[in-house]
Amino acid sequence: MATQNVCQISVTNRQQVFSVPKGEPLLMAMEKNNQHAIQVGCRGGGCGLCKVKVLQGDYQTKRMSKAHISEEEAVLGFALACRLTPLSDLELESDHFQLKKQQIQQAI
Amino acid sequence: MRKGVMRPGHVQIRVLDLDEAVKHYVELIGLIETGRDDQGRVFLKGWTEVDKYSVILREADEPGMDFMGFKCVDEATLDSLAADVSKLGIEVKEIPAGDLPDCGRRMQFVAPTGHTFELYATKEQTGKWGISDVNPDAWPRGLKGMKATRFDHCLLYGDDLEGNLKLFETLGFGLAEQVLDPEGNKAALFLTASMKEHDIAFIKHEEKNKFHHASFYLDTWEDVLRAADLITMTNTSLDIGPTRHGLTHGQTIYFFDPSGNRSEVFCGGSYFYPDHKTITWKAEDLGKAIFYHTRELNERFLTALT
Repeated sequence: MATQNVCQISVTNRQQVFSVPKGEPLLMAMEKNNQHAIQVGCRGGGCGLCKVKVLQGDYQTKRMSKAHISEEEAVLGFALACRLTPLSDLELESDHFQLKKQQIQQAI
Repeated sequence: MRKGVMRPGHVQIRVLDLDEAVKHYVELIGLIETGRDDQGRVFLKGWTEVDKYSVILREADEPGMDFMGFKCVDEATLDSLAADVSKLGIEVKEIPAGDLPDCGRRMQFVAPTGHTFELYATKEQTGKWGISDVNPDAWPRGLKGMKATRFDHCLLYGDDLEGNLKLFETLGFGLAEQVLDPEGNKAALFLTASMKEHDIAFIKHEEKNKFHHASFYLDTWEDVLRAADLITMTNTSLDIGPTRHGLTHGQTIYFFDPSGNRSEVFCGGSYFYPDHKTITWKAEDLGKAIFYHTRELNERFLTALT
């Protein structure tokens, strides 16, 4: 259960659990906590390295690069952890960053 | 050999939030706002730059770089260089004067790595900011943040470095430094149209058209350390530094704008004349080539791109 000021974050693919203060962006709160369950990149919603899929829980997000989070993906629970603020305990998967495959195929 | 390209003239950067971005580039890096247009774009420059602007910020859904422009000596050079680029089989589009405010016609094309570049020869000159061009004082009062002196270069990531080398040699750039893998393939290019060690650089990457950073020049190592202090004081997202590069030997710090585009401020570094032999770094020693002190790459340097 989320206590008043803290949210429990469970990163299922890494089997890691940590808590972050309510109201703080997830990725930077994780870094302050010296946890490494999510990859850290630009911390500005641009590079996509911290892409996660939220499986359960409530959260809000700031604007994220459409190159990494399309509107369809956002509906499915994908988000960039640097732009995500938990509103409750969360269960999520990290390591969802992918290079743009279509462009790679064009390049080959 | 040089063919009339003078310098990096401008870069248009996409940002997720214009106000946050202006705060980063003006209050932190210390660029001067010199205008806005009816599309909402913001125009900025470093205080020593004589042209009206060198950085253009545009709000968009996806951060990154729209294009980078090089200023050429005159209008006739634009036509001859455009013809040379066309001969490589690269389509060149002429954009009329005024499309960018206070800027003449631009010859625009897409490089083999997918990045958009342009050449132009005319832009309104407003002179160095805050000082006269007669008996100028050493520096103007009222500069902010890191007090960056000029937009210096970009580093871009893309796939076809051989194609880009051919393109930039056609434009009269010299290859000051390179990274070669054990098979002799090019993994990085540091290209210059001037005495600077790089005016544009590329690192090999699977995707096309990725932006690594825009770089701004500071005068001294002390200024780089002060920039590091300001990054902490403003809780700005740090990448790495202060440190020294092997490549170019510049002293540097990397950080991110609020939309995740990487910024660099740096000082020092080597210089280049057209008769200089290309400096080679071995890809197996890439850690030392990029970060001369730790001799280790942070993974983020290779993967965090917009």
